[in-house]
Amino acid sequence: MKRFFDAELETFRSHLMIMGETAIRQVRDALKALVEGDVALADRVIAADDELDNLEMEIDDEAIRYMNLRAPVATELRLVIVGMKASHDLERVGDECTTIAKRAVRLAAEPPLKPYVDIPRMAAIAIEMLRDAMDCFLHGDTEKALAIVRRDSEVDAINKQLYRELTSFMIENPATTTRALELMFISKSIERIADHACNIAEEMVFLAKAQDIRHREELKKG
Amino acid sequence: METPAAPATFKVNVPASSAPRNGVADTLIDIHNLDFFYGAKQALFDVNLKLDDKRVTAFIGPSGCGKSTLLRCLNRMNDLIDGTSVKRGSIKIRNVDIYGKNVDAIELRKRVGMVFQKSNPFPKSIYENITYGLRIQGQTNKARLDEVVEKSLRGAALWDEVKDRLHESGLGLSGGQQQRLCIARTIAVEPEVILMDEPCSALDPIATAKVEELIHELKKQFTIIIVTHSMQQAARCSDKTAFFYMGKLIEYADTRTIFMNPSNPQTEAYVSGRFG
Repeated sequence: MKRFFDAELETFRSHLMIMGETAIRQVRDALKALVEGDVALADRVIAADDELDNLEMEIDDEAIRYMNLRAPVATELRLVIVGMKASHDLERVGDECTTIAKRAVRLAAEPPLKPYVDIPRMAAIAIEMLRDAMDCFLHGDTEKALAIVRRDSEVDAINKQLYRELTSFMIENPATTTRALELMFISKSIERIADHACNIAEEMVFLAKAQDIRHREELKKG
Repeated sequence: METPAAPATFKVNVPASSAPRNGVADTLIDIHNLDFFYGAKQALFDVNLKLDDKRVTAFIGPSGCGKSTLLRCLNRMNDLIDGTSVKRGSIKIRNVDIYGKNVDAIELRKRVGMVFQKSNPFPKSIYENITYGLRIQGQTNKARLDEVVEKSLRGAALWDEVKDRLHESGLGLSGGQQQRLCIARTIAVEPEVILMDEPCSALDPIATAKVEELIHELKKQFTIIIVTHSMQQAARCSDKTAFFYMGKLIEYADTRTIFMNPSNPQTEAYVSGRFG
């Protein structure tokens, strides 16, 4: 039986999907701006953060309104709760992209410290994790969600490796310190983006199965 | 209290204070493979359900799903309708089959009281409404009757509102007060179980909130089974919820599970207001 307010949930869902797509585009563009030294693109990333901020507020408003007036239960209740939490994670992904873009602008003014290999590799994994998390939202695939959570350690490992590598750059040649620190923070931002993708994946498990797997390593094993 | 000797099997032998308040509750009522008929028409199909002692269980489902029929099976109210029959299965209360040969339905109904959708006070004073059950049981001691009236009205959260007009007609009370009077009348004979058939459907939100508050208090002493069409009421008041559809029990679980993650898609559709 259709209800007259079913369309509200569809709008809510599509806003979250749009937010996911926007966040993924922001990560991709921020990285492109960094690797290609494209200051104009970096500026566009910084300006586009408003889109994510506005979507987050819109999703919150829709969720609160739905809970207030439609008294959702079961899957719908979980959808509204998860939607609010996921939109918060995506907004934070946007903030990390702004940070990366600002640092990309500063790095573009200097010669590259080293070829960009690990950072794009790590970003590619983070983007894939985000994309998979949004796919889970669309299709309710909890196995895929758990796989995302397990992939987080790959990103963590690259981040740690970069940290060691950049530290040695600074020790060997203090003139590289500013650039190395910028890259360290960028690496940390990408690691945070992957963490947000994990959060979203965990939220999708809750949406599909009403099971809270946060901080429970035994539930995350395949 | 001088209650007439009830069949020994229905004696209340578990003090309220010793009932488990947390964790697993004891089963009080065990419904097993129940098939129930109105004449040739089958209304309940193979219902299996264990109802917890000193807990609130909600029966939900669309009109005609059998929830009220099952409720009325629990104190054999259906015996009063011609042609009804339990053709298969059993209902046991404390391991005694209430449809057994030796069970007196009148005695059973003292143990399993009922509150109806529409409040139905007797056209008598508030005092007489409460004492009616005791009087027909032969209780005449005025002090004892006074004591029961106060205890029952306090138990039904009505005492403060009516203590100065106990000898006025029960029909002069508001709808919500009348329903609480009926609850007071039910608890005056100290049943073990209170069946409530949509007790708030005719009440405004404030009166409904008072009855719900009362249900929450009463479950310390009584086992309550409530039939309701209000999903919110089931969610607010009950510990467990049973969903029925077309005479069958579809799902029975903790209320939290029913409203957060039901396992049956029909339950999900019903509690979400998508059918029924």
